[in-house]
Amino acid sequence: MSQIIDSKIREDFPILEKKVNGSRLVYLDNAATTQKPKCVVDAISDYYYNHNGNPHRGAHTLSIEATSLYDNAKKKVQNFINADSEDEIVFTKNCTESLNLLAYSLSQSFKEDDEILLCISEHHSNILPWQRISKEKNLILKYIYVNEDGTIPESEYEKINKNTKLISIAQMSNVLGTIFPVKKISQIAHEKGAIVVIDAAQSIPHMKVDVKDIDADFLVFSAHKMLGPMGIGVLYGKKHLLDNMPPFLLGGDMIEYVYENDVTFAQVPYKFEAGTQNVEGAVGLKAAIDYLEKIGLQNIEAHEKMLTEYAVEEMLKIPYIEIYGPMDLEKRGGIISFNVKDIHPHDVSTILDSYGVASRAGHHCCQPLMRYMGINSSVRISFYLYNNIEDIDIFIDSIKNVRKWLGYGS
Amino acid sequence: MDLNQIYTQLIMEHNKNTHNKRALINPTLIEHGHNPSCGDDITLNLIEKDGIIVDASFTGSGCAISQASTSIMIDLIKGKKVSEAMELAEIFIKMIKKEIDDDSELEKLEDAVAFENISNMPARVKCAVLPWHTLEEALKK
Repeated sequence: MSQIIDSKIREDFPILEKKVNGSRLVYLDNAATTQKPKCVVDAISDYYYNHNGNPHRGAHTLSIEATSLYDNAKKKVQNFINADSEDEIVFTKNCTESLNLLAYSLSQSFKEDDEILLCISEHHSNILPWQRISKEKNLILKYIYVNEDGTIPESEYEKINKNTKLISIAQMSNVLGTIFPVKKISQIAHEKGAIVVIDAAQSIPHMKVDVKDIDADFLVFSAHKMLGPMGIGVLYGKKHLLDNMPPFLLGGDMIEYVYENDVTFAQVPYKFEAGTQNVEGAVGLKAAIDYLEKIGLQNIEAHEKMLTEYAVEEMLKIPYIEIYGPMDLEKRGGIISFNVKDIHPHDVSTILDSYGVASRAGHHCCQPLMRYMGINSSVRISFYLYNNIEDIDIFIDSIKNVRKWLGYGS
Repeated sequence: MDLNQIYTQLIMEHNKNTHNKRALINPTLIEHGHNPSCGDDITLNLIEKDGIIVDASFTGSGCAISQASTSIMIDLIKGKKVSEAMELAEIFIKMIKKEIDDDSELEKLEDAVAFENISNMPARVKCAVLPWHTLEEALKK
């Protein structure tokens, strides 16, 4: 079978040479975090060896270099998602912090009985911040429920109404793999005057995301799921919306004037970036985007689609595997959640690991979805650009051994 | 990692054999134990009379390690004094932490010694100790 991305790129990722339990590492936990190419690690060490200073604070050379690297990373992110200005890019710790920031800052202008709409498949990070402010401000929290195949039925869109203040939804579900029609959702939401927050944590590493095309008011994602380092995330917001929001964290570098009993805040985006920022993270994220653009997001998407089709096809041949999410693979990204009959996912994952296959077992930070689907947990495999057909073949061979280890025939 | 050390015959049998997985009529102690990250979820039911655990059972779901560990624990504590059960919990948890050198201590755990090797698998330790922590919580009341 021919591959869209040549397996030669695996050489860019030193960790893929690691042996796990004596076997070739088959890394299929990319929805949790991705491996880093050498260029990302090199960019971070180059920053610390040659340019480290506190950005935006000093007149000395290193501080100026650090500032320039930090600002260049913002410019890179701006172009990557097609934002109007780098002022629309706020760096945070991760997607979770971006969502907490939004829930806190946006809700200051929300009133009792305003409605917040989420999808049942949201990650806890896109539920809990909204749940807390809903309780504090007596807002009404509503959910869109998915079909058995993990897609949203048309009738559910009727939940977007004139009382809907905000809808927050992941572009790709981290459990079902469903790619939701966010462009359509934001169109309906904007007709009703609602704010649209798109959680792109699972989508943006794997496909081209254009904030203008989908008309997102806010878009959030984490660097570590797209070849970048941990500890840096992005909040994109339309400038006029960010301008009107109060800051989330208070401290250094986010102010204009501070008096004993009063303060004026810096402009967007700096008013949302309190304290010394993660310059190494910004540098690493820029290097990661450079790498992704070199390979091409379209190629990555097509490559993962091919791997997903092949994996699903092979998994369907195994009678004791149940796959969740859309079987129309056009509606799915490179994430496959499943269960093996009679075997708990944690045992499946342990046994796969003994063959060098990294998978994820559990509720994937989506307990409301699991409860809604009527399962306790599942096993999840998820792909990225460095995975290849050989990875899938090893996974399939390994999964066929799982039941035997627990004393079941086959 | 050798799976043979983890999924032993004994553990597989207890995982499949459900003689301790049943409802209990009029339990005097009910305790819920949960590993949120992986979804092991058990409810331990005990009948305690005059300081003795006269019957015990569990319900719930979870991985083979947690289910077998619960079942083996129930076989072990049935008919024992509450104080003895507490001591066994302490020994089991110490065994998992590799804090026991004295083999005579380990012998008290009988079949539960089968989980000794779990300490080599950090990701699965919490599955094995779940029923014992749940037991401790129940008996503290």
